[in-house]
Amino acid sequence: MKIDLTDTTAGEINKALVRGRRAIGTPAVGMVLTLVIVTDEENAYDSLKAANDASREHPSRTLVVIKRVSRSPRDRTSSRLDAEVRVGAEAGTGETVVLRLYGEAADHADSVVLPLLLPDAPVVVWWPVNAPLDPAKDPLGALAQRRVTDTYAAEEPVRELTARASAYTPGDTDLSWTRITPWRSMLAAALDQVTCEVKAVEVEGEEFNPSCELLAMWLADRLDVPVRRSLSSGPGLTAVRMDTSQGPIVLDRADGSLATLSIEGQPARAVALKRRDTAELIAEELRRLDPDDTYASALRYGVERLHTVPEQPAEASAEPVAEPEPVEEAAKAPAKKAAAKTAKKAPARKATAK
Amino acid sequence: MSPVSGSGANPLRDPADRRLPRIAGPSGLVIFGVTGDLSRKKLMPAVYDLANRGLLPPGFSLVGFARRDWEHEDFAEVVHDAVKEHSRTPFREEVWQQLIQGMRFVQGTFDDDEAFERLRATIEELDKAQGTGGNFAFYLSVPPRSFPVVIQQLKKHGLADQSGGSWRRAVIEKPFGHDLASAEELNKVVHEVFEPDQVFRIDHYLGKETVQNILALRFANTMFEPIWNRSFVDHVQITMAEDIGIGGRAGYYDGIGAARDVIQNHLLQLMALTAMEEPASFDADALAAEKEKVLGAVRLPKDLGANTVRGQYAAGWQGGQKVIGYLEEDGIDPKSKTDTYAAVKLEVDNRRWAGVPFYLRTGKRLGRRVTEIAVVFQRAPHSPFDHTATEELGQNAIVIRVQPDEGITVRFGSKVPGTSMEIRDVSMDFAYGESFTESSPEAYERLILDVLLGDANLFPRTEEVELSWKILDPIEEHWDKHGRPAQYKSGTWGPVEADEMLARDGRSWRRP
Repeated sequence: MKIDLTDTTAGEINKALVRGRRAIGTPAVGMVLTLVIVTDEENAYDSLKAANDASREHPSRTLVVIKRVSRSPRDRTSSRLDAEVRVGAEAGTGETVVLRLYGEAADHADSVVLPLLLPDAPVVVWWPVNAPLDPAKDPLGALAQRRVTDTYAAEEPVRELTARASAYTPGDTDLSWTRITPWRSMLAAALDQVTCEVKAVEVEGEEFNPSCELLAMWLADRLDVPVRRSLSSGPGLTAVRMDTSQGPIVLDRADGSLATLSIEGQPARAVALKRRDTAELIAEELRRLDPDDTYASALRYGVERLHTVPEQPAEASAEPVAEPEPVEEAAKAPAKKAAAKTAKKAPARKATAK
Repeated sequence: MSPVSGSGANPLRDPADRRLPRIAGPSGLVIFGVTGDLSRKKLMPAVYDLANRGLLPPGFSLVGFARRDWEHEDFAEVVHDAVKEHSRTPFREEVWQQLIQGMRFVQGTFDDDEAFERLRATIEELDKAQGTGGNFAFYLSVPPRSFPVVIQQLKKHGLADQSGGSWRRAVIEKPFGHDLASAEELNKVVHEVFEPDQVFRIDHYLGKETVQNILALRFANTMFEPIWNRSFVDHVQITMAEDIGIGGRAGYYDGIGAARDVIQNHLLQLMALTAMEEPASFDADALAAEKEKVLGAVRLPKDLGANTVRGQYAAGWQGGQKVIGYLEEDGIDPKSKTDTYAAVKLEVDNRRWAGVPFYLRTGKRLGRRVTEIAVVFQRAPHSPFDHTATEELGQNAIVIRVQPDEGITVRFGSKVPGTSMEIRDVSMDFAYGESFTESSPEAYERLILDVLLGDANLFPRTEEVELSWKILDPIEEHWDKHGRPAQYKSGTWGPVEADEMLARDGRSWRRP
């Protein structure tokens, strides 16, 4: 059922939640967390749909915080809170409250959210778009154990990664990182199959896709070898090539769903690597609420230490340590970085040996 | 948990990286009796679901072995249909493309030497074409009488040999014999060919989330374990009820009966998990040690006649349908003494449980399909309330609902709103939100993955099987010599004798 409240308060919303629960006859709540989605009107529908799907796995109270844009000075001075309370079938397996904040109230969203959090249960904040630069310091972010951002939706994703790295606080995580879990697990499985030493890696994928950078940084961090980031037209990540002491290992996905894993001396094999939808990403994100140290160390490796090369199959195979990239250029202007090849400054490179 | 398979030095593996799922190493699965119901309804969909969740290694191969005259393509077609109809996760073409490359079919009977040679050739071919690395699990989804033949054939054709770091594993399904002697015989046959750590006995109950949650509930929390003993627990009831009859399984069922079919494996395993002491760690050896200890401490009541009940369903109405009685079923001897209902009272002789009865019951054509463990607590030793206030108050209970509707119910007394003090039972419910999702695996998925990973946590061992028979054999012997099964009307909760058995102890069965 759905209860609409206009010009309301958090107290009224709490009452409406209890009323709704009573009305549908399920007074006991088995919800495991509060998910706060901070978004704009444009993205609210899709985000909420994804969250409701994910709530099948993680029954939760979902609070959607929509900050309404005030277009006139008069609007800005008047502040108002509208709410839409949904319980039962319309709210996945939990409860949903859509909060619309007008005027000054929009700057004090935390005062509305705080009284609506489930007692004792963990809090997750998710910004589908326009995440604050320092999520942990954000008034809403400060309420949460886990703060989920999505650099993929940012204007300059690669630059945003650098910002995320410098503001990283345990509990931060990013959907661009979540997206590459299947790749990471397949690459780890590939290395389970051969005992070898990886000498160099190339990660290939579309431009403005921070997942490629994160995967490259994770590989660089774990393997301690130079990693080259090259561009393709996508979709998403298209290939990872590892040059090892046992010959090349290549995971190649041209069409965004079925990939081929080829290992030297072994037959090429098809592996399903489908691009997942947001609901699946959020469900994975909610599965563990402790700080993701692996993400932290991959993120902190630094985008600038990757070797970025333009879109062309150039010296594609086994010799990745080519011309290094200018450090700041890569972070600031992803569009231009491909062309820039004039750098003198070699990136800090760790020893290849293990 | 056991370490992930493959080389230990994989730099991409990090215990702190908990997003990475446990993926099985290079391997394949050979199913004997691939045309059977279990294979189509459970095994094939489970393999697909595992692949869909990205938990199977690239190049994973599935080999079917059966008498049908099929080509690889026909087999793939059958798997395709089974997956479409029964898999838990949505059908995705790219996952299917990944699986189909490793699908093979070997035609033959179990005594056909040539067929096993073809099987060996197929496995060798897969090692080359799919990179399975010689790692194969043999799933024996075959009738018990075929076990020895298949196992001997595997040995004869060198299929059980592990060489050069590769592994071979045997997966067997219940029944693990029909009494202690036959179980020992079967174990001998199996262990002649496979080492104990190569043998995985599937008890699909142990693959269920709720069953694994018994351990989490007991040992990860502080609020249950202090009362989990004779000072607070009055008794424990473990129920597995089915609403169906024997269906077409007359040949298998007659002569076996409910106690051998269910109590010996599922219910005694559930009892062991409920009653065991805390294991030193969550690895297979430590768990098995505790389960064996508690099964070894189980004592049968002195008077078996008064403390065990068996029954047969009679004609009646089950859930709105008229059904026939067991003795009228096709292929059943009208004089059959096979039990379709069995209830036994067991005690555990140790400090924790002395004097606390465990009532185990199972039956076909009962009220509804349900499996649960109910730990029923003693009444409060003293009540400050009037007798009239607590007249309707029952005993506190924690109920672990294994299936369907997995979850946990806690029952306790609460004041009825109003001006007078009246206390009545209420239930608090915890349901697994997980049970609808892709990430909550079906029991077979979990168990097949564990076989491929070599993780033996959830598989009963030889010793447990033999201990269980030691508990059940005297009961079966007693039943053989005395009397006949009581008749109960289909659709009810069993024979009156079972109610009387508990009434003599001053207790009653829960209505699950």
